[in-house]
Amino acid sequence: MAITLLVNGKRHTVDVDPSTPLLYVLRNDLDLSGPRFGCGLGQCGACTVLIKGEAVRSCVRTVAQSQNVEITTLEGLAKDGRLHPVQQAWIDEQVPACGYCQNGQILTAKALLDKNPHPTDAQIRDAMKGVLCRCMTYYGINAAVKRAAKVIA
Amino acid sequence: MKTRREFLKTSGLLIASVGALSLSDDEIYTLAAQAGGPYVDPDYLQLDSWIVIRPDNTATFFVGKTDLGQGTGTAFRQIMSDELDIAFDNTSCVMGSTHLTVDQGGSGGSDALQTDGYPMRRVAAEARRVLLEMAATHFGVPATSLTVSDGVVTVRPSTPLGAAGSTPPRTITYGELIGGKKFSVRLTGRDVDNTTGVAKLKPVQEMKNVGKSPQRYDIPPKVDGSGKWAVDMKVPGMVHARNVKPPVAGATLVSVDESSVRNLPGFVRVVRKGNYLAVMCEREEQAIKAATQLKAEWRNPTTGLFPASVDFFAYLRSTPPAFSQQPATVGNVDAAFASAAKVVEADYDIPFQGHTSIGPAHALADPSNNQLTIYSNDMKSYGLRNGVARFLNIPREQVRVIWMDGPQAYGRTAADDAGFEAAFLAHELGRPVRVQWSRAEESAWDTKGPAYAIKLRGAFDAAGNLVALDYDARAADHNHLGYNEYDTVLIAQLTGQRKQEPARGRASYPTDSYAVANRRSTGSVIPLPLTWETPLRMGNLRDPDGPQVTFAVESFIDELAAAANADPVEFRLKLLQASTTDDSGFKRARSIACVKAAAEKFGWDRRRSPKTRATGNVVSGRGIAYAFRSQTVVAEIAEVEVNRTTGRVWVKRLVCAHDCGLVVNPVALTRTIENGLLHGVSRSLFEEVAFDNQKVTSVDWITSPTLTHADIPERIDVVLVNGDPNPNRPDLPHYGAGETMLKPTMAAIANAIFDATGVRVRRVPFRAPRVLAALKA
Repeated sequence: MAITLLVNGKRHTVDVDPSTPLLYVLRNDLDLSGPRFGCGLGQCGACTVLIKGEAVRSCVRTVAQSQNVEITTLEGLAKDGRLHPVQQAWIDEQVPACGYCQNGQILTAKALLDKNPHPTDAQIRDAMKGVLCRCMTYYGINAAVKRAAKVIA
Repeated sequence: MKTRREFLKTSGLLIASVGALSLSDDEIYTLAAQAGGPYVDPDYLQLDSWIVIRPDNTATFFVGKTDLGQGTGTAFRQIMSDELDIAFDNTSCVMGSTHLTVDQGGSGGSDALQTDGYPMRRVAAEARRVLLEMAATHFGVPATSLTVSDGVVTVRPSTPLGAAGSTPPRTITYGELIGGKKFSVRLTGRDVDNTTGVAKLKPVQEMKNVGKSPQRYDIPPKVDGSGKWAVDMKVPGMVHARNVKPPVAGATLVSVDESSVRNLPGFVRVVRKGNYLAVMCEREEQAIKAATQLKAEWRNPTTGLFPASVDFFAYLRSTPPAFSQQPATVGNVDAAFASAAKVVEADYDIPFQGHTSIGPAHALADPSNNQLTIYSNDMKSYGLRNGVARFLNIPREQVRVIWMDGPQAYGRTAADDAGFEAAFLAHELGRPVRVQWSRAEESAWDTKGPAYAIKLRGAFDAAGNLVALDYDARAADHNHLGYNEYDTVLIAQLTGQRKQEPARGRASYPTDSYAVANRRSTGSVIPLPLTWETPLRMGNLRDPDGPQVTFAVESFIDELAAAANADPVEFRLKLLQASTTDDSGFKRARSIACVKAAAEKFGWDRRRSPKTRATGNVVSGRGIAYAFRSQTVVAEIAEVEVNRTTGRVWVKRLVCAHDCGLVVNPVALTRTIENGLLHGVSRSLFEEVAFDNQKVTSVDWITSPTLTHADIPERIDVVLVNGDPNPNRPDLPHYGAGETMLKPTMAAIANAIFDATGVRVRRVPFRAPRVLAALKA
């Protein structure tokens, strides 16, 4: 079935089973490898994308549910060749270790700061707690979110 | 600063010596499929195997290591650019691909800088020497009249610049001297670790990049989404495979009903061999669906059931060992206990813990051109290559492993099941096959860090001196898997190609440096009822048994300090400062420096534990623990808050004094230590493999909890210590730093819980219900 997706400002039409999780179409058909498979259960956040500003788990959302909405992946965060301030903060703080989960960390942080540009530490913990990192880069992530908040504000 | 990607994009194709290709992330993967074999091992005795210099005065270093996200690639560039005398920004590093880089074993044992950094430095120093000789010939001057900086060789002027008759200095770049050509210089060394030329290493004080913190080049592609990893690889004609695991350990596959999936869209094939079962489809989601729908009949084993995890420590204590180890003894322990004025005794339990990588096991194998190329994040890519060749019984020259970034798993990929599976399936099908495990497969069937039950006894004399320490460990480590062995990886077990006798495993002994006159360590390895085809299979989980052993020993030292009414830091320092006749003075001096540095940073108040009982629901306390691993020393202090109503433990603050000798990149090291400390917190508070009598039941992030952002400390202080008795020596060594920080964390937290509450937790992890039960006991 033809499915039309609007991803990072571009329109794509793919012919797949409408029940296919969005994750596999992004990765395998659109060649966007920012979102990664971690659990397929919506538990870890590695597959996060932004849909209408919300951090959404693309492993448990079908392509059929994802039509006619603006989808942003990690690849779409930079504008005019400039990294988003959250991405720059991630580099400045030297956050990633292996990096597998960082897609979800960065996009979840962006969604947080879009809604709440001055989060408290408690609000950062609450907003970020659902995105797991097995390298345990959380301390650097916490610092990077605070750094990005200062830049954005 | 350029990323490796940008750097290699602009630097063009060259590198005739190592396979006719220069490597950019894009180029290597695009062209890889076209490069036919045979794949000859790069010769570690050829300088050209290690270093390539281009006409534009840039250099690429080829090393046989893998970077698991701790910035070792950046560190290699720092030490090698220093020895070569070339600008750090004009270098790049290629790692761990079997046909491109010499076999330095991949990763393991935190040896990247401690062991493998030395041949890297020596070959870079040798390249510098050869280049200076070439420049001397070029200018017709002795090499001693040349200086070099950032890859530019300058003839030292015979008259001072600006003086009458002086001429502009004559210069030539490395790129002009050799760019695009081979060194053709032979090295010596009986093995790769001993590779050397004739050049001497620089005094570490003269290294310009070492001790600075250039940004890790691997980070920008991880942040902007441009990085292509093994998990992202695609090649034309590729199919997707998913495994169907035995429903319970030791089950036998009786029959498979292929008709249950044959009509699914995209179906390609079911592959069954012995008890190994997989299904392949054109698309990934089709393979996932087919693996769920495939009907298979399994026969459960009649014997060999597990003890369930709730009963496991009773099993570990009561089951006869597979074997007992030689004791390690100093003095006369039995006599010291017989004449003791006071004896203290305690038992500690550490369960199986999983690697539970954030990204389940995966690999892509491509059998094009009658070769086998495996795209893999295997930390031991060389072992995977050798193992796959033996497993499939094909010449190893036909097999190569292209190493790419992947999800960190701290030892998991040393037994790279997915790499073997992809190779097997691609070999069967004759098409490229990508396989990835499900979350449930990974959490249940990954390799496990061994469980330990440890008993400790300590004896005081009438004057209150600790005179004897007796340690006995029972380790569930039978059949500890090797490194990518073709006859122990899971598919070898399931297909009936496994070896007959399992590896013996071991029960590790403590490695602290306390001076106690009479000491004994004994250990035995306890078998499980089912040895093969079980998810309870042991592997190397970060350190691999240091956290277990250190939890017991450093908790017990704290118990002894409490029994002696002593401050825990003072008690340790007294044991470290006591005079002995053994040869561990070097380690002891560095241990003392770390313990003192941690106490000073924390602001340790000298008193006994537990502290005076506070009122209120949330009580706080602090605990110290220390350990070393190989030559790296760490002392850690945890400050915790314990909720007496819920049992929740929050590690509020961590201090880690860390001595790994010469520090190459302080910022990257500090982050690695912080992350490792939190891995230790996660293993202390949350992580445990759960199982019933037949299968592992911790199969996702609900049943297998891990530390989240909600529970991180509000502050972590890392103190980088140089406790070497001769701290300014020109050959100050660089030791490993990937694992040691994890060793004392469990004990530091347990000691802090005791300080806060007066209650000892002797069973890991300290989940809230367990702590609450201990508080109420």
